[in-house]
Amino acid sequence: MEALVAIAIGAMTAAGIYLVLRLRTFPTVIGMTMLSYAINLFLVATGRLAIDKPPILHGHAPLTDYTDPLPQALTLTAIVISFGMTAVVVLLALGAYIEGGDDYIDMPDSDRRETGGDSE
Amino acid sequence: MNHFIIAPVVLPALIGGLIILWMRHDMLLQRVFSTAGSAILLGVALYLAYYASSGEVFVYRLGNWQAPFGIVLMLDRLAALMLVLAAFLALIVQLYAIGSGWDRKGWHFHALWQFQMMGVMGAFLTGDAFNLFVFFEVLLIASYGLMIHGGGGLRLRAGVQYVIINLLGSTLFLAALGTLYAVTGTLNMADLAIKVAEMPAQDTALLRTGAVLLMLVFAIKAALVPLHFWLPSTYANAPGPVAALFAIMSKVGIYAIIRFYTLVFPGDSLVEHLIADMLLPAALITLVIGQIGVLGGRHLGRVAAMSAVASIGTLVIAVSMFTPASISAALYYTIHSTLSAAALFLIADMVAARRNGELWLTLRPKIRNSGLIAAMFFMTAIAIAGMPPLSGFIGKLLILDVTRPDAWWIGIWSTILITSLFAIVGFGRAGSTLFWLPFQLQRIEQQAKAEGKPRPTGPIPPKLEPDEHVQDIGDAVSPGLTFVATGALLAGLVLLTIFARPALNMTDAIADQLFDTAPYVNSVLIEQEGARQ
Repeated sequence: MEALVAIAIGAMTAAGIYLVLRLRTFPTVIGMTMLSYAINLFLVATGRLAIDKPPILHGHAPLTDYTDPLPQALTLTAIVISFGMTAVVVLLALGAYIEGGDDYIDMPDSDRRETGGDSE
Repeated sequence: MNHFIIAPVVLPALIGGLIILWMRHDMLLQRVFSTAGSAILLGVALYLAYYASSGEVFVYRLGNWQAPFGIVLMLDRLAALMLVLAAFLALIVQLYAIGSGWDRKGWHFHALWQFQMMGVMGAFLTGDAFNLFVFFEVLLIASYGLMIHGGGGLRLRAGVQYVIINLLGSTLFLAALGTLYAVTGTLNMADLAIKVAEMPAQDTALLRTGAVLLMLVFAIKAALVPLHFWLPSTYANAPGPVAALFAIMSKVGIYAIIRFYTLVFPGDSLVEHLIADMLLPAALITLVIGQIGVLGGRHLGRVAAMSAVASIGTLVIAVSMFTPASISAALYYTIHSTLSAAALFLIADMVAARRNGELWLTLRPKIRNSGLIAAMFFMTAIAIAGMPPLSGFIGKLLILDVTRPDAWWIGIWSTILITSLFAIVGFGRAGSTLFWLPFQLQRIEQQAKAEGKPRPTGPIPPKLEPDEHVQDIGDAVSPGLTFVATGALLAGLVLLTIFARPALNMTDAIADQLFDTAPYVNSVLIEQEGARQ
């Protein structure tokens, strides 16, 4: 199972990085979503992989018979934050597309040299 | 427990919420509440600084949970200094935003401002690494809103870049925290310090990976080369007051570097040599690139942004020595560079307001209040370039002094001194183009008038249509207030120069406290109910 999880994290990270390096906003947003999936999976795995164990100490069961609940809480927080941030970046990208006329990420020429007015 | 320790986080959160819920449509109420909130915040920060000046480390346990399990807020001298600096800057720049009319160019300026302060304050106070991540997100999401305040194509485009690079930074932050948690089983900073110190040297491979990942995250926030590419376009395109407030944001990254690499990964561990060895070259290159940017900039906003990059470089040179004296010098320079960078962005905004919102360093007719603004620009440029008599000179002198024992000192000294020359030339060029060349234009016009020729039309471009997303002096509620606010920042620089000795005594005390980590760790873990001995 370790190999499977590791391969999944690696593949998603690779895909995410590839997409983030595109010059258009849509693939970049998808890429960032991929990256955050990979990180969420990674966070869950930091508490060691365990199957069929509750995330709490219960009854008189031996101390080894539970899985670490903290990474799960961290992952939940990370999911909520990345969800919100994705919404923000989508809206922002849409705004930039409507105002600027294209969905490229790099700055237009008018940011670097004087073109006698905005390029909008 | 002193409940005032959490006040800097709760107060802006409450006021921000109130502004959104109750006074969305009333600009005057928003201004009153937001300014009052910032003023009270400064009062609380000053009280906490007085409280922390005893040298004790105060712990605030949220929900009274025991330390490695619950979240703690920590108040020590360093946190207190950063709180006061941030609250002072926020109040002054907010007054500028009100005076210049920027706050009514878009929605929710004051609410976002308060949430931004909540995140900044929380990041300075927290004693938990994951909580630091959460506060980073709070301050970032507020800063996204502030960054695109007013809108406009270029600003939105720069905003998209800013958001994307910071989202990637957050992803990296989570990866770093996950790695640290997997190795040590804790995210409380004091507990991490103990676990890291106890770890056998041969098991630290993953730990070092985590430490380096973490440093990359803080380097993105602080805009160290090669992770600085987001900064120039962001700062140059952000509204003036927002760029000025962002002067404290890059210092959050510096603060986190100082905190983590003195407390969690201190000097004797394997990790720190690695960090210091990476930080110093990065800082030197940052300084060179920043000052070349100042020299070559064709846009005043970009010149100001590059000078912010350069000041981060200077600062990190001192930090990378990791001695008490160097941290003390770095903290002095932090206060100086925050105030001076903010002042420069405000001055650039004042110029923009009088030039139809554009800042290209080309010939334009003389602006209104040219003399006063030029004087302020001159003073700020002296401070930033590090010429006597202002605090930049003292700060750079201190940094030169603390780098003397280093094996690379010749390289460090020549880099700092030669690049200072770049800054002087760059600012001189920018200032003379903005404030002196227009007189030449005036003379040509007068000559032409005397000779009865028609006005030369060549160098003067047609007047741009005033647009909503650029600043215009006609929008200013009170131009006087903008001068007062900028003057207050400059007065802060003068005070920092005059009272350099008391300020240095304070930063020395902070540095001593930082390098004596036992009281910090003990106050979190030992001095609590039912502590393990």
